[in-house]
This record gives sequence, structure tokens and C-alpha cells, in this order.
Amino acid sequence: MPSTMFDRIWDSHVIADMGEGWSLLYLDRILVHDLSGGRAMKELAAQGRRVAEPNKVFATPDHAISSEPGRTENTYPKGAKLLASLRERCAAEGVRIFDIGTKGNGIVHVIGPELAIVLPGVTLACGDSHTCTNGGVGAMAFGIGSSELVHALATQTLPQLRPGTFRIRFEGTRPAGVTAKDMILAAIGRFGTAAGTGMAMEYAGSAVRALSLEERLTLCNLSIEMGARVGMVAPDDTTFEYLAGRQFAPTGAAWDAALKDWRVLPSDADARFTRDEVIDMASLVPQITWGTSPEMVTDVTGHVPRLEDAPDASKRSSLEAALRYMGLTPGQKLAGTKVDWVFIGSCTNSRLSDLRAAADVLKGRRKAEHVTAWVVPGSEQVKADAEAEGLHLRFEEAGFEWREPGCALCVAANGETVPDGARCVSTSNRNFVGRQGTGARTHLASPAMAAAAALAGAIVDVRSY
Amino acid sequence: MEQFRSVTGLAIPLMEANVDTDVIIPIQRLVGSGRDGLGQYAFERRRYLPDGSDNLDFIPNREPYKGSSIMLAAENFGCGSSREGAVWALMGMGIRCVIAPSFGDIFFANCFQNGLLPVKLPIEAIRRIAQETEESPGNARTTVDLQRKVVITPRGETIPFGVDDRKRHAMLEGLDDISLTLQQGDAIAAWKEKDRASRGWAWESVA
Ligand code: SF4
Repeated sequence: MPSTMFDRIWDSHVIADMGEGWSLLYLDRILVHDLSGGRAMKELAAQGRRVAEPNKVFATPDHAISSEPGRTENTYPKGAKLLASLRERCAAEGVRIFDIGTKGNGIVHVIGPELAIVLPGVTLACGDSHTCTNGGVGAMAFGIGSSELVHALATQTLPQLRPGTFRIRFEGTRPAGVTAKDMILAAIGRFGTAAGTGMAMEYAGSAVRALSLEERLTLCNLSIEMGARVGMVAPDDTTFEYLAGRQFAPTGAAWDAALKDWRVLPSDADARFTRDEVIDMASLVPQITWGTSPEMVTDVTGHVPRLEDAPDASKRSSLEAALRYMGLTPGQKLAGTKVDWVFIGSCTNSRLSDLRAAADVLKGRRKAEHVTAWVVPGSEQVKADAEAEGLHLRFEEAGFEWREPGCALCVAANGETVPDGARCVSTSNRNFVGRQGTGARTHLASPAMAAAAALAGAIVDVRSY
Repeated sequence: MEQFRSVTGLAIPLMEANVDTDVIIPIQRLVGSGRDGLGQYAFERRRYLPDGSDNLDFIPNREPYKGSSIMLAAENFGCGSSREGAVWALMGMGIRCVIAPSFGDIFFANCFQNGLLPVKLPIEAIRRIAQETEESPGNARTTVDLQRKVVITPRGETIPFGVDDRKRHAMLEGLDDISLTLQQGDAIAAWKEKDRASRGWAWESVA
């Protein structure tokens, strides 16, 4: 019987069939972060339990630490408390922690692939919805809540309900200005924020094969914005070249054995998916969101919907509420809308290739005077690599702030916020009400689009910049 | 986990789609505090006016809905962030059951870990409950009975709903998953031994 990559990974991790579609699954890796990690490990201890396999658990503080240049753990005191408890619990349980300011630290979904903690064919769980990012290497990685995290830590397993499968094939060559971010935003716009609920996504097709590993991570990152906990791209030579030699990648004979297993992971050509869709790359242009849900997205050349476009009264009232929050007029053109902030960072778009793409747009120009622009590298490694090639200087010359690694302005859990009413073009993944701060107006876009917006001081089509 | 058998109360017709967990509980509230006391911050940005008083445009604030235990919503309730604090905040404001056509997957799983019952019904059925409730909010009572797997609308219509037997049993008894899994200790150990032999690379690289 032909099978999908998802089937292979799921089936090979089933410890016990629990009936009604539920299985007890083995977890190869668990990642924890400061926001929920210390608390979950404390809860575990309060139950009189221990971490089952500490060498398969990895911790990094990222959410609640400041990204201010020269920051210490005390720059944001509430975060310092969370970090202290994470450190204390990791030490007590023998769990590796990549502490702030040290090699390996960074946003949890950036360091997973970067350190090769996640590998093709493995299962990985983390108490964070964007864990799906890791699927870019061909793993089944999914986000869980804190009770499930306690369970995972205590047993290295989780009872899970088998999802359906949803494949999106991106076919054709990539038009100018279109990035992985635009591909996934366009898909969310087309299929909606709930299309992937109860599904595991697989992204395939010639345009996905042509993506770099880092771009595949960006693609998978927004799977949860389509409702899917899992997003995956089949591993290939691009994946293997990326992983080889990284800190926790197998070596020697183990690497050879792994490669043999990884090469047979991809879905069979005739495998059946619950849902299968194709997107023609030729139809894509750079994307930008205009509303308060990632599905409220349009071509950068497009307009905000008119109220009469809403199919029913309840859609109309949510459209009205979104536009009111965003300070936009129904039917208006998006390009030219004044922008106050630009944020380049987050687990979506803070890797070296993202920073290069943004820097390339700048070409020695300066940001508009009224714009505050931040660049927050995704990890210590990204920061070091970027500085080694002088990217930080190019950003600073353009008037951007070059900051310390962390979630920063993506989440507003670290004392950093976009001011009330300010408009921000952000490379992150959520434009929810209040996500970047109370009253903050977020427009999601690619790093290149964000850099162009900083130069223009307005939403602008990067292809004309 | 808190047991759940059945709940009867006035259903709050929130009836919005894509209510995300950032809206249910702002992240700042999860940095400082533990799970207790989150109830006062549930829907914080919509629930209060800048001066701290109740925003009466927000239905859950209006009498007689204030403090009710059942919430009605449209598609994709609880989408977005995995924060379990969203469930704790809802329970803290007195909600024991949310009825919606669909839920965010992680939120749905988190509900069952805590004893908040998520019930999936077709949107038309939810609209009927909302309508019957709004006709006479003073005495419109909805019952959600997990034992019988039915919702009884204010006018007495009985609507069955589906729920996993395993999850239902755990909710009815207030059982915790970890002890159930630990009973499988032998199966887990056997699986690990076999896997270590066949997939050594997944073990050695982090040993
Ligand atoms: S960068 Fe944003 S989306 Fe990513 S893990 Fe951090 S808070 Fe979550």
C-alpha cells in the first residue's frame, strides 16, 4: 500500500494502539522554553515524578527575555524569575540548557534545526504552537499545552489522535520578490485559518524542492496559522547537507545508517492524502496581511476588502471589527499606508538567509525618519554568523537597531511592545489583536517586504524597491 | 483534573469565529502569575474599558450572562498559541463548557486536560441555542450532559454530540493521563529496546 511520509513517521512511533484513532506515541525529542518549561518541570516534581529521559530534552530561554543590546537576564525582571526556575529544574533533572548569551541559545524553533536536535523521521514535541517549524527537516514536530508537556517529560510519550493528511503542492518557478513567507501566506489566504485543523500538512512540488532548508522552516512555521499542528517537507540532499556536521547530528556509521532511513521517508508518488491542493507559483506576488487573522491577507498590489464583499452578517461584523482595529478604510489600497515600526525577527524569519534578504533590499539607503526598525537575530549562532559577514553594520547604517536573540516583538512577553495604535510591518506569524502590544497594528510580510517598508516609511511593493 | 459530568446554565452567545488564545488571555498575564487568579484577566482587552470598568459591549459582561458557565461560539474557537492559560482563564471566569462548530487542535486537547468540556455542534444548532437564549435570557437554561452525550436547549430540544470514549471517561472520572500511561511501562520499555536496536542514530547523537 502506498503511504505518506506522515504515515511512516507516525506508524514507526506507535507504542500502543489505544482505539478510536488514538495511539501512545514515542517522542524522540522534547524542547522546552522559559515561558512554560520551568513551570511544567516544577509541576512534574510536585507530582513526585522525574524527567524520563533527560538526554532527549533540551531547554532554551527565549520568550521572556529582553532583546535590548547589552541585556542581561534582569533587564526584564519577570522573565528573570521564569529563567531562574528553568535553570534550577534543568540542573536538578540533568536536562541540557542553552542559557542566554551562550552558544546554542536562541528561539526554540530556530535552535532545534540549527543544532540538529531535530532530524528527519523523528517525533518532537514542545510546549509551543510553532513547533511545526521543525517539520522543515522532515520530522513530525507538534506543539502541546503544558499538561501534555508534563506528561511528555514524565514518560517520553504522548497519547495522540491521528490527524488526517493535507498536501499542498507548489508548482512552477518562483516569481521575483516571492519568498517562502509569501507562499505560505497566500496558501492561508486561499484555504483559511481552519483548513488544517485536525490535519498534518505536507508541502511538496517543484517550488518546495527548490527551497533552501531555512526557507522550508519558514513554510512549515505558519502551518499552525492554517490550524495544523504538523507541517512537513520531505527530506532530500538539501536537508542532509544542512544537517551534516551540526552539534547533535549523527556521525560516522550512525550518519550512514540514518541517511539510509531518511532516504526512504518521502511519500510514495501514488500516496493518498485526505486533501490535496496545488498552487501555481506563477499566480503569486508578495503578500501582506491587512487584518487581525493571518487569513486576512492580500497581494501587496491589492486592496482591503469592502464591507459588501462579506458573504454574511457575521463575516461582515468581523471584517468591520478588524478594519476598525487596524485603522484601515474598507476598499482602500494597501500600498502607501504609513508605517511606524518594522520588526525583522521571530521563529518565522530570523535566520541568516532572512537577514541577508532584508539587508540586500537596503542597498546603502536609510530608513524613513519616523520609522523605528528592529532586527532581532533568531539565535546566538545567527547573530555571530551575521556579524561575521558584516550584516549588522549594513542594518545599523540604514538606521535599524541590531539586537540580542529572542522572541522579542513577536509576542510582547518580554517588556517589548509596539506602542498603542502604531502600525508595524512584522516578519513574525501572528497579527492577532494585541499580539505585539495593546492596540498594536501588525502587518505580516517577508523580510524583504519589511525592509522596503522601513525605507519607504509605508507599505510598499518590494519589487519596485 | 476536575471531574465533569453535566452542567446547566445560561449560555453566553459570544458567536464569534476565530477567537484566538491571545484574545482569551494576553501573554503578559502568563509571565507573571500562576494558573490561579487568571480568571479576572480572561478576555482582558475586550472585557474592560480603559478606566478598568466593565465594557458592556462585550456580551459575557452583560446581565444576566455574567458569571455563566456555558459559552457559545462560532468556528475555530481557541486557535493560535498553545498557551494552556487560555483554558485556566476561561475556567477562572466560571466557564465549564464551550460549544462551537470547531476548535483549535491544541486548545481542544488542553480543555480535556483540565476538565473544561469542548462540545462540537453544527453552527445551525448553536445558532438555535443562541436564539432561544436571547428570546428570554432570564430563564433560558441549557444543559450539557457528558454522561448522556447530549445538549438540551432552552426549549427542551435534545441534541446529541460526539466525544471520544477515552476522553469522556477521563473527564467523568477526573483521571490523569500520566498514571494511565505509566501502567504501560512494560510496553514502553519493550518499544524502546527494539527502537534502539533498529534506529541507533536517533539515540546515540544525543546520548
Ligand atoms: S518567535 Fe514568536 S511565534 Fe516564535 S516561538 Fe517566539 S513567541 Fe512564539
